[in-house]
Amino acid sequence: MKFKGNVWKFGDHVDTDLIIPARFLNVSDKDELAGSCFVDVRPDFAEHVSPGDIILAETNFGCGSSREHAPLAIKAAGISLVIARSFARIFYRNAFNIGLPILESEDAPDFFSDGDMISVDLATGQIKGEGMDRQFSAKPIPPFMQEIVRAGGLVEYIREKGAL
Amino acid sequence: MTAPMTITEKILAAHAGQDSVAPGDLIRVDVDLALANDITAPLAIRVFEQLGPREVFDKERIALVPDHFVPNKDIQSAQQAKVMAEFARRHGIKHYFELGESGIEHVILPEKGLVVPGDLIVGADSHTCTYGAVGAFSTGAGSTDLGAIMATGKTWLKVPAAIKVVYEGQLLPWVGGKDLILFTIGQLGVDGANYKSIEFSGEVIRDISMDNRFTMANMAVEAGAKNGIFEPDEITRKYLEKRADREGNYWQSDPDAHYEKTIRIRVDDLEPQVAFPHSPANVRPLSDVGHIGLDQAFIGSCTNGRIEDLRAAAMILRGQTVAKEMRLIVIPGSPDVYKQALKEGIIEDMLDAGAVIGPPCCGPCLGGHMGILAEGEKAIATTNRNFIGRMGHPKSEVYLANPAIAAASALLGRIGSPEEL
Repeated sequence: MKFKGNVWKFGDHVDTDLIIPARFLNVSDKDELAGSCFVDVRPDFAEHVSPGDIILAETNFGCGSSREHAPLAIKAAGISLVIARSFARIFYRNAFNIGLPILESEDAPDFFSDGDMISVDLATGQIKGEGMDRQFSAKPIPPFMQEIVRAGGLVEYIREKGAL
Repeated sequence: MTAPMTITEKILAAHAGQDSVAPGDLIRVDVDLALANDITAPLAIRVFEQLGPREVFDKERIALVPDHFVPNKDIQSAQQAKVMAEFARRHGIKHYFELGESGIEHVILPEKGLVVPGDLIVGADSHTCTYGAVGAFSTGAGSTDLGAIMATGKTWLKVPAAIKVVYEGQLLPWVGGKDLILFTIGQLGVDGANYKSIEFSGEVIRDISMDNRFTMANMAVEAGAKNGIFEPDEITRKYLEKRADREGNYWQSDPDAHYEKTIRIRVDDLEPQVAFPHSPANVRPLSDVGHIGLDQAFIGSCTNGRIEDLRAAAMILRGQTVAKEMRLIVIPGSPDVYKQALKEGIIEDMLDAGAVIGPPCCGPCLGGHMGILAEGEKAIATTNRNFIGRMGHPKSEVYLANPAIAAASALLGRIGSPEEL
């Protein structure tokens, strides 16, 4: 799977309260959740994010609560992929379960800034900036997890395949 | 002969039907208890229903607890709570607790004896790691994982590498489990135990009460840990003997079990700890806090909403008055904690001091209701997270501390020690 989009840059330890504050968890509709995504730290996010955009962050992205509303809101806002140096454990699992692909990259987060256009190959983990020769690498995603992403999440995958 | 294992590895191996497991192994395990609350259950129920018409795997091994936004704070929360209540009724879920019987999930499940040593518990709430206090493997997951567990009773896990934290020495007055765990998170950092197991041990731990153990295990996730665990002992047995029908399995780590890292902490000089905004790892000893004026103090939550926490606070508040222009909110973690506090005169002492008492629920901890902060306000709280906007306005500030420090600070109107009173 290949992705191309503009970068939204975030720092270290982006917690789930920043992704979607708890006061908005009184609903579970993903499109409603998307409207409050990053509202406290990047109030312009929900309005200006374009379908296919990519989040690029530093370490421990998604730390804090187990709320699956966090990856759901990011995905429903239009983000196609999250790249970070590392992810918090529960977020990592939740993201794939709801069909939001995520990649761990050591070097890419240093290099790109807000608005840069990048293209990413999920199978190889290659990350490239638009009009740039230099390539960055991420840990590739194994085929069955790419399949979960392609299906749209774990539930859809199980319904398609009849099993995990 | 199997290789030496930690208590966590032994519990995981037993639930995978294997003789042994090692860090990094991917295993399929049977789940003893699955848990969700009014925020996470509606999503999990949607997943469960999308998997096709079926019964839950076991009506007696699912706990559904309304605690986050109850008593329902608005129409939308009421709708969410109703989804969970109706599901529980439709499927005959034994451990669904309606208001009056319900309290904070991580306070009531151990009180009701639903978690015992050796259990494997998965909950759609990150603080599910609390039950490591009784010697169970207990971890937080998302709603999709929980929906699948409600359907199958199974899940897959990666066996975590272990970090052992050994506490040695003699605790100073006003220092307890909250200070030990805050100091430990400060040492590890908020991702220092990401994907890992934390095992709490040492002479200090051998003597420490269950309520203190719950506080410590509860916050293991604030260092990123998959679980935090104590080896069950006589203190555990005594706590559970009148509560639980099941005996459980009192696994102990083998003396030569492998730990990726062992941290030794001398506690003799350890002061009460305060975590500054906006990270639970941003800790300072109380004497380094300086002048931090406050608008609110909150005593409660799954971290510090138990009877010993209220006792510690009441000892400070008794006969005193909360500082002018300062709000003190106390929320007992469960109806049992509330009743016990009434019996001991704690509630009256608190009311006399000027506290307001809320009904058992999560309250303002996660910015839900019953004590939200306005722009620029500062609060001291006995809770577990002080992220940006956690208790209200994104420009408010939360300082984490133990119940005695929170109570003393409520009287002083600034962060301070009981010794100053």
